[in-house]
Amino acid sequence: MVLESLPLLSLLLWTPILGGLGVVVAGRGEHPGRARAVALAVAVVTLLLSLPLYTGFDTGTYAMQFVERTPWIERFGIDYHLGVDGLSMPLVLLTTFSTVLVVLSAWKVIRHRVAQYMASFLVMEGLMIGVFSALDAVLFYVLWEAMLVPMFLIIGVWGGARRVYATVKFFLYTFLGSVLMLVALLYLYSRGGSFAIADLHALPLDLTAQTLVFLAFLVAFGVKVPMWPFHTWLPDAHVEAPTGGSVILAAIMLKMGGYGFLRFSLPITPDASRELDWLVIGLSLVAIVYVGFVAIIQTDLKKLIAYSSISHMGFVTLGFFLLFEIFDATGNTGGAVLGIEGGMVQMVSHGFISGALFLSVGVLYDRLHTREIAAYGGVVNTMPTFAALMMLFVMANSGLPGTSGFVGEFLVVLASFQANFWYAFLAGTILLLGAAYNLWMYKRVIYGRVANEGVAGLQDLDRRELGVLASLAVLVLLFGVWPNPLLEVMHPSVEHLVQQVLQSKL
Amino acid sequence: MLSLYLAIPLAPLVGSIVSGLFRRAVGRAGAHWVTIVGVALATVLSGVVFWHTVVLGAAPFNASVYTWALSGGLRFEVGFLVDSLSASMILVVSFVSLMVHIYTIGYMREDPGYQRFFSYISLFTFAMLMLVMSNNFLQLFFGWEAVGLASYLLIGFWYERETAIAANLKAFLVNRAGDFGFLLGIAAVLAHFGSLDYGEVFAAAPGLKDVTVQVLPGVEWSLMTLVGILLFVGAMGKSAQVPLHVWLPDSMEGPTPISALIHAATMVTAGIFMVARMSPIYELSDTALSFVLVIGAVTAFFMGLVGLVQNDIKRVVAYSTLSQLGYMTVALGASAYAAGVFHLVTHAFFKALLFLAAGSVIIAMHHEQDIRRMGGIRRHMPVTYWTSLVGSLALIGFPGFSGFFSKDAILEAVHHSQRPGAGFAYLALVAGVYVTALYTFRMFFLVFHGRPRMDPHTLEHLHEGPAVITVPLIGLAIPSMLAGAVLVGPMLFGDYFRDAIRVLPANDVLAEWGGHYSGVLGFVAHGLSAPPVWLAMAGVVTAWYLYLARPDLPERLHGALRPLHSLLEKGYGFDAFYRRVLAGGARALGGVLWRLGDQRVIDGWLVNGSARTAGLLSGLVRRIQTGYLYQYAFAMIAGLVALLGWFVRG
Repeated sequence: MVLESLPLLSLLLWTPILGGLGVVVAGRGEHPGRARAVALAVAVVTLLLSLPLYTGFDTGTYAMQFVERTPWIERFGIDYHLGVDGLSMPLVLLTTFSTVLVVLSAWKVIRHRVAQYMASFLVMEGLMIGVFSALDAVLFYVLWEAMLVPMFLIIGVWGGARRVYATVKFFLYTFLGSVLMLVALLYLYSRGGSFAIADLHALPLDLTAQTLVFLAFLVAFGVKVPMWPFHTWLPDAHVEAPTGGSVILAAIMLKMGGYGFLRFSLPITPDASRELDWLVIGLSLVAIVYVGFVAIIQTDLKKLIAYSSISHMGFVTLGFFLLFEIFDATGNTGGAVLGIEGGMVQMVSHGFISGALFLSVGVLYDRLHTREIAAYGGVVNTMPTFAALMMLFVMANSGLPGTSGFVGEFLVVLASFQANFWYAFLAGTILLLGAAYNLWMYKRVIYGRVANEGVAGLQDLDRRELGVLASLAVLVLLFGVWPNPLLEVMHPSVEHLVQQVLQSKL
Repeated sequence: MLSLYLAIPLAPLVGSIVSGLFRRAVGRAGAHWVTIVGVALATVLSGVVFWHTVVLGAAPFNASVYTWALSGGLRFEVGFLVDSLSASMILVVSFVSLMVHIYTIGYMREDPGYQRFFSYISLFTFAMLMLVMSNNFLQLFFGWEAVGLASYLLIGFWYERETAIAANLKAFLVNRAGDFGFLLGIAAVLAHFGSLDYGEVFAAAPGLKDVTVQVLPGVEWSLMTLVGILLFVGAMGKSAQVPLHVWLPDSMEGPTPISALIHAATMVTAGIFMVARMSPIYELSDTALSFVLVIGAVTAFFMGLVGLVQNDIKRVVAYSTLSQLGYMTVALGASAYAAGVFHLVTHAFFKALLFLAAGSVIIAMHHEQDIRRMGGIRRHMPVTYWTSLVGSLALIGFPGFSGFFSKDAILEAVHHSQRPGAGFAYLALVAGVYVTALYTFRMFFLVFHGRPRMDPHTLEHLHEGPAVITVPLIGLAIPSMLAGAVLVGPMLFGDYFRDAIRVLPANDVLAEWGGHYSGVLGFVAHGLSAPPVWLAMAGVVTAWYLYLARPDLPERLHGALRPLHSLLEKGYGFDAFYRRVLAGGARALGGVLWRLGDQRVIDGWLVNGSARTAGLLSGLVRRIQTGYLYQYAFAMIAGLVALLGWFVRG
């Protein structure tokens, strides 16, 4: 195949970054139309380029695929080293898909600095693909940090009234985590003399060293997920971010935290993970229950979805860290694989659903310029098509079977029962809490009589909006009815990971 | 064969999609045709399957349709198990659904959401068929929640009504409380049986009889008890058993056809079906069955009492449904699963009939639902009157009508049961027979007999509905009369269910009693000699005396029994408790966690704290020997910031 000879991951990394610069050039001299067209073309080309990752993916191996490796900074043995496995490939596809939607969703709404807006997202897309495919820790770290910059700009330039507060908070939190991660990576280099992630996996470490490294990673990735109590930056960032920023933040950036746990924490510090799994499990359960309650009383649509995201991401971290307890309780790795795959599916599905919900809020915000739940009511009367799609997304967010939102939660609850009845009990409360905040919000915003003149004058979705939301609806239903194609690509990688993590380094 | 079974749920799904997504293209007539053809096809095929499986006694069909997911060495399948239990269910579901679809043409004629309504009820039919045909717990849960979704959409069908959208939210949340237990039950099954496939689970159950689970430290629970009770919590939500019953009366906010289909005949019986389906598990736990028995008995008696004080015609029937579901639940708890399913079937016919008849009255009365403003309708609406009479007699268990056989079977079974709680349950059910007759005929007399109490304009325009209304009434009245006599022998004492329901010989109250069974007439004669029938007659006479002979008496009684009356009107205060304590409590807790936890503690000192920590750490990092690399990375970032900052400004 021709494709196999192409450096596919490099193309995926650099096409949007260079394309983004191209958009700035194309949009020079106030040509927003041209900037939009070029941006969409770049995003679509990147999406098309990412499809061979799925079609050409070998589901029979846990080995890295589409690998590229060239020395970068030879003095420290740092390589430009890319590759994907079953853990990262789905996230790369999620990134390329989401970016197309984000570009489309900004089509009419963003009126000033259109080219820069589009370019920021494209650059970020390249960097995020890089994060998911980096196999060298320094490359990973550099891209991880670089990714903050466009996001910082997106919120800071196109954000709402309190954007400065939100960006500073966002930056403080994530920077704290990143610094700790850097320290941990440098320490690991000092011990093993390599930055290759595979070498770090094999690096023997005593328990104290593992514990310190684990805690540093925990903060770095926990902030990103975000895990309770590092979560308060997220609602503020979402509220101030423009729609596209919220979509990328929720759909992709949060997933980097989860990905980090799988790629770094668990395999590099397996014994510390075993010692401290109670901490992650505890924080995850707190996130699910505590944040679920907090979501109920939110009066701002975006805050509600942001809190819902935190609660749902609790399932991801819960699913990932159940493996020791399940293995000890059952003596086999089946339940452990179930939990991790459940967490992975939850990440992908949450990408679709939270993206769809933020886009839906964007649809309303574009029309009435408010995110207050109380400013709406009876939207179904004037926007029936939108109401129907929103119903689907709200139900998916409540974990209704038949939607992708169910799959991850179901697998994680099944897995957590194998570890401890009470884990499943607390995790299961999302059935009630999720339904409560989602459907109560839906009742107040969508159902009822037309609440005011603003609602009375609403126009239903235009074709572009319908296309964006409908494509997400199709995916939410498809993976709800048939998640196997998604799970299939993960099996070898997850099974290998579990084997690896259960092998003590001591 | 598989494609035939597949066509049964998929035909209504296709109808639903077409009438929902293409509502403008197909128009009103297109929407009802496409859905009715779909459901009619499902009904005919269900009839074929029923004939094949139940009458001819073909072996059960059990096969997978496709693999939903593979994970952790487990297969999650979507597949069908068609045996006499599911074959009976699909026939009842699709037949009642067909009647309701036809009836809807008349009932919703003027509604602007006509196509949407047909789309929803066909979607419901699909989900319900998937639920009952499932051969595994995953698909069961899918159907379980999908019927809940359809119910939610339909209760809130008139979304401009504040009461309707409060009722549908409540229905979904209360059902979710049940589903919470149900999901844990499924997780328990998977954790201990290692499979979600019915066949494998049921085969493994006897071997795991003595397994115990430690839920609380130091307390060992039998696995079967834990699984049985958790799954039954789901049934309590779906089949509206105390204390998760509160959503069903409010669900009457939905259009009447769905009250008949979903909230009487089919969805609310899903819990009964589920427990019957799980009989191989329940049989292994006396504790779980006692729990089921007591909950059912409480529901049967106390909810019937509330029915006595309702004045909304639909709410009377709704409380009656609660009470009758309690009867079915008691049957399950007494290990008389067959009797429970038998009552489920007869109840589906006569309760759907009563709801559709109530709907017929409601349209004729221009959407008046208060029975105090009706009266004397008999003369103007003969078909509705006679079919209502059939439905009412079936409900109170008048000898020969379908409900008589199924209710009597339950009473006898409980009477013979030795299970703890059976004595209480028997008393509750027998007293319930009197209560049932009283509220049923109170309603019947107030609506159809006596002096007309509506305004002259309404009275003048009272008339029977068109054929699309009356034909379904007649279509349901026939099985309401005959289904009991036809089914009683095979279902209770024959080999109707064969392996679909398993009862341990020691628990088999029906077999014990079946030794005395000597045909339908013998059964009737036996019934006539027992007190329940006479209690039912006494209830009818009381209703006649209070509401026709001496209409002044109820007022005086009301005055004398004021505290009891107001307790019943408040439905024992469940609603107030849930509203204040649970809903209010959840919001208050959310507020505290948010304002105190997030804003004061975390943002207040942790963010400021981490700002300080970050400063401290970066100070530390600078002193580390390998600082060169750190600066390198940081320079990269600074460079990128500068670069992007530049082009954003430019």
